[in-house]
Amino acid sequence: MKKLIEIIKLKKDYYIGEVTVHALKGVDMVVNEGEFVAIMGASGSGKSTMLNIIGCLDKPTFGDYILDGINISGLSRNELASYRNRKLGFVFQTYNLLPRTTALDNVELPLMYNATVKSKERKERAIAALESVGLADRMYHKPNQLSGGQQQRVAIARSLVNDPVVILADEATGNLDTRTSYEIMALFQDLNNKGKTVVFVTHELDIAKCATRNVIFKDGVILRESIVQDRIIARELLAGMPIEAD
Amino acid sequence: MSIKNLFKIAMNALLRNKFRAFLTMLGIIIGVASVIAMLGIGQGSKLSIQQQIAGMGLNLVTVVPGSQQRGGVQFGAATMQSLKETDVDAILSECTAVLAATPEVRGNGQVVFGALNWPTSLYGENESYLQIRERSVVNGRMFTDKEISSAAKVCLVGQTVIKNLFGEGADPVGQVIRFKKIPFLIIGVLDPKGLNTFGQDQDDLLLAPYTTVQKRVQAITWVNSIYTSAVDAGSTDQAATQITETLRRHHKIKASDQDDFTIRNQAELLSTFSSVSNILTVLLGAIAGISLLVGGIGIMNIMYVSVTERTREIGLRMAIGGKGRDILMQFLAESMLLSITGGVIGILVGIAASKIIGSAMSWPVVVLPSSEVLSFAVCTIIGIFFGWYPAKKAASLDPIDALRYE
Repeated sequence: MKKLIEIIKLKKDYYIGEVTVHALKGVDMVVNEGEFVAIMGASGSGKSTMLNIIGCLDKPTFGDYILDGINISGLSRNELASYRNRKLGFVFQTYNLLPRTTALDNVELPLMYNATVKSKERKERAIAALESVGLADRMYHKPNQLSGGQQQRVAIARSLVNDPVVILADEATGNLDTRTSYEIMALFQDLNNKGKTVVFVTHELDIAKCATRNVIFKDGVILRESIVQDRIIARELLAGMPIEAD
Repeated sequence: MSIKNLFKIAMNALLRNKFRAFLTMLGIIIGVASVIAMLGIGQGSKLSIQQQIAGMGLNLVTVVPGSQQRGGVQFGAATMQSLKETDVDAILSECTAVLAATPEVRGNGQVVFGALNWPTSLYGENESYLQIRERSVVNGRMFTDKEISSAAKVCLVGQTVIKNLFGEGADPVGQVIRFKKIPFLIIGVLDPKGLNTFGQDQDDLLLAPYTTVQKRVQAITWVNSIYTSAVDAGSTDQAATQITETLRRHHKIKASDQDDFTIRNQAELLSTFSSVSNILTVLLGAIAGISLLVGGIGIMNIMYVSVTERTREIGLRMAIGGKGRDILMQFLAESMLLSITGGVIGILVGIAASKIIGSAMSWPVVVLPSSEVLSFAVCTIIGIFFGWYPAKKAASLDPIDALRYE
């Protein structure tokens, strides 16, 4: 299987005044194409720093990060931005949709920063992405007209629209109730089944069990890596769950 | 990012806060409108002064006696008795750039008709006066050469004199009035001309042959001044030079001595008054410019607020591939949209305001296309200048910090 993400002896230090914080103290990690990896750990364990680096939002202090065959450690700020635009999809805990902007416009946003995509194609791709997350009938709704789960699905559509090699989710279910969380996880599993690589940060054990592999961080190093044995298939779980009355 | 996308994004961002965008624009609208209106008023006053001076005859070249000097004491302007009627003949025969010339002899006094009297000025001129001063006779006739040579006691009257002696609209031709006890037969009525630039009533006068005023009223041998008309407005300088040469020769002035006369032309007057109204325009424009500056600072303020408020949006845009330059351009586009839209509305409001002020105060207001172009350019520059720092701040944010910003 192809190594999509390869992290070699990666260290990350932060300098806060005169104090140096060693957020990551030498991490080796590989994510293969088609995997669904959940990164876990307590707060301060370095998992968010790891996700920021995987997401090309931050650069390692030492070590190498090879994404889709390219070592990003030496890239400039602008090169990183193009890289994020072409290779990565982000899903955040707080959705980060533009307020008072329709779902369609929100999903089109990443393609706005890609000059090779013309406006007609941009719209077609955004519509296709929204359809793939089951929001074909909500395209012209604004975020305040959508539920939390729907907003997160718009955000997932946004992360898909540029056809990224990997989708990065940071506590994507953190603001959602249990049922909606599993709905979102079912969506991620569907995407994964279609071949998308997903890297997911969470601190919820049940959510992590939806992944194929778990990586647990502690104090800036990987404590444990494990293939998920009793994987939760979110769709099956949802079928067995009673539909809660609002 | 393409320019089209850039402005689409900027437009959407502004439309999210319509009222705030409008209030921000209001600063620019008021600023631009006041610049347009103030420059309009300044330009209008300049133009009206120019027209009035032109109305006095742009070709006019005036010769007045020099200041008298005795034992080093200056006696003030035009105190010499150096100008004679022979000078007029000399100017007419020798100066090729001079079309017409008239001596002027003035006298002030009460003019009496029946029981009424009125203080006025008596101007003694020759028959070229009407042509030189661009006036006309509306009723009756001008005096003739013969009446000049015989120092006839005839006169023409201005509208103000008629109003005060005969009542408005009356026909005084054929009546006899007295000026300093000398009876004058009214032979004509001069056209109404109103006040001149200096506030003098140009209709408050009697016009008589200069010989009459010189010999019968003032009993003097000199003339107060000489009015000449150059062949065209461009020749006034040439005419002045020729008159200077002619008069120096006739007055037998040595090369080392000063002129015993002074020559003025309207071009000088025009430039003096133009510079005064230019100062006025600059002053008004500067005051209005300050309000435009305040409007610009308003934009800067709102853009700063907007950047802070939308920190997470900036973080998101960076995360999904927005480069620093894209973010910078986006916020610059927003501030430019604000200032340019405000500028365009401001120009329209300014034109409307100029028209209203012009008609309400009956001031001449002239809005020049150049001041519109200038305001528009200034607005664009304001948009870039005051948008730059907030935009730069937005562009230099760290995407991770921006995404986490609460």
